[in-house]
Amino acid sequence: MRAYFETFKRYKYLLINLITKDVKLKYRRSVLGIFWSVLNPLLMMIVISAVFSNIFRVNIDNFPIYYLTGSTLFNMFSETTNYSMMSVLEAKSLIKKVHIPKYIFPLEKCMFGFVNFLFSMIAVAFMYIIFGYPIYWTILLFPVPVIYTLIFSIGLGLILSALSVFFRDIVHLYSVLLTAWTYFTPIMYPYDILNDKIKLIMHLNPMFHYVKYFRDVLMYKTIPNLETNLICISISVGTLIFGLLFFKSKQDKFILYI
Amino acid sequence: MDFCFLKVNRINLFFIFEVKGEILGNAIEVKNVEMHFNMSKEKVDNLKEYFIKLYKRQLMYEDFIALDKVSVDIKKGEVFGIIGRNGSGKSTLLKAISGILKPTSGTIKVYGAVAPLIELGAGFDLDLTARENIFLNGSVLGFSNKMIHEKFAEIVEFSELGEFLDVPVKNYSSGMVARIGFAVATMVKPDILIVDEILSVGDFLFQQKCERRINDLMQGGTTVLIVSHMLEQIRRLCNRVMWLDKGKTKMIGETESVCNAYESCV
Repeated sequence: MRAYFETFKRYKYLLINLITKDVKLKYRRSVLGIFWSVLNPLLMMIVISAVFSNIFRVNIDNFPIYYLTGSTLFNMFSETTNYSMMSVLEAKSLIKKVHIPKYIFPLEKCMFGFVNFLFSMIAVAFMYIIFGYPIYWTILLFPVPVIYTLIFSIGLGLILSALSVFFRDIVHLYSVLLTAWTYFTPIMYPYDILNDKIKLIMHLNPMFHYVKYFRDVLMYKTIPNLETNLICISISVGTLIFGLLFFKSKQDKFILYI
Repeated sequence: MDFCFLKVNRINLFFIFEVKGEILGNAIEVKNVEMHFNMSKEKVDNLKEYFIKLYKRQLMYEDFIALDKVSVDIKKGEVFGIIGRNGSGKSTLLKAISGILKPTSGTIKVYGAVAPLIELGAGFDLDLTARENIFLNGSVLGFSNKMIHEKFAEIVEFSELGEFLDVPVKNYSSGMVARIGFAVATMVKPDILIVDEILSVGDFLFQQKCERRINDLMQGGTTVLIVSHMLEQIRRLCNRVMWLDKGKTKMIGETESVCNAYESCV
């Protein structure tokens, strides 16, 4: 265990440098640069709000904020898992030539997604000010659901990155799954409009819990109870542990397949 | 309780091995290493094909032996050359020693930090500038940003970058990339330096410079492993040479005798 920490400490700078690289390269040569991270969710929000409040007539108070909070968190999840799925394959030139802990790659992509998320939170703050939406003290708890989601994403990212080495099909499958997952999470519609059966199934969706938690502290001045917290923690930590074990059992074979 | 006992035992064993290595003055001990690869006729990397093949029972593999019971001890401070024809397993052996590949059977013990120079500039991002790549590449080798900062001027000087420091690497010539890679990998004196065929890139002056750097490292006690097809280079640098042929050790010994035998055979 201590050896693991030692190696991690040694490669801490690799993690940091890779994240910096990704952030730098994402917006290099675009005029607005890093501002796109803020601008993008805002523009998306305008489009979705226009569609849903005028065409579908969804009845939610403060729909723009409702949508923005949900989609920001869900985007972090979809971005981190999507990036980390490809991470090992993309790092093949390195993995083939240098001996480095391979979990660095999915982990780095998750941290990169997290950094992007922090930028989109500026958009959320911006909207709060523009709409004059009340800010409750529970807002201080917002890191909690974010950390739950991040841990869950890292776990899933580890699994996906290892799988994608052996079966490239995963890449295509997952993009479909992710679309389905987006619609199966109450981001654009309220949870209440679902019928009882679907509501029950909905509770199996980890993202449902995280998004609800996120909105509870951000919009509804509610502190989720102990049960909710336990559910969230066990899903996150369970996925992470499974992901780590799965990744560890497969990593020595990566080099033969990439 | 059982577990605890086992753990202690393993540490002890490790310790004994380490001490033995120290006494014998070995930097690398390779014992009976075998490396097998599954060579499927076609690479099955998607589910559909996998299930079809599984169903038709066509998932057949051909066992390919890249290294066959290779044993060698490399002493501290030695410059050890590996020669052999293409596909004889030289690079596989180097990869196994640097920890990239795990041997199918046998053991490899390495005493000290390994700096692999298996392909210069591996892990460079073409869109980043040289300055950014130096930090990225340094951290790939496990150096801290602070350490790289300290050695930065030296690296820039060795690689003769000068005004190109803030230009994206994609605009560089391959020789320039190799120079940076070599400078970064040798910035801190490693215990073991692994050099695979890289001295053939870059111009004549750069090659000389690299050889000088390797000589400096040797003076400092670094063990160097070199794979090369240029026999004169091997003759010039190495103390001992190993000749691999189709994964088997054909000969290990004095540079001259092995090189001569290899030459007369090829």
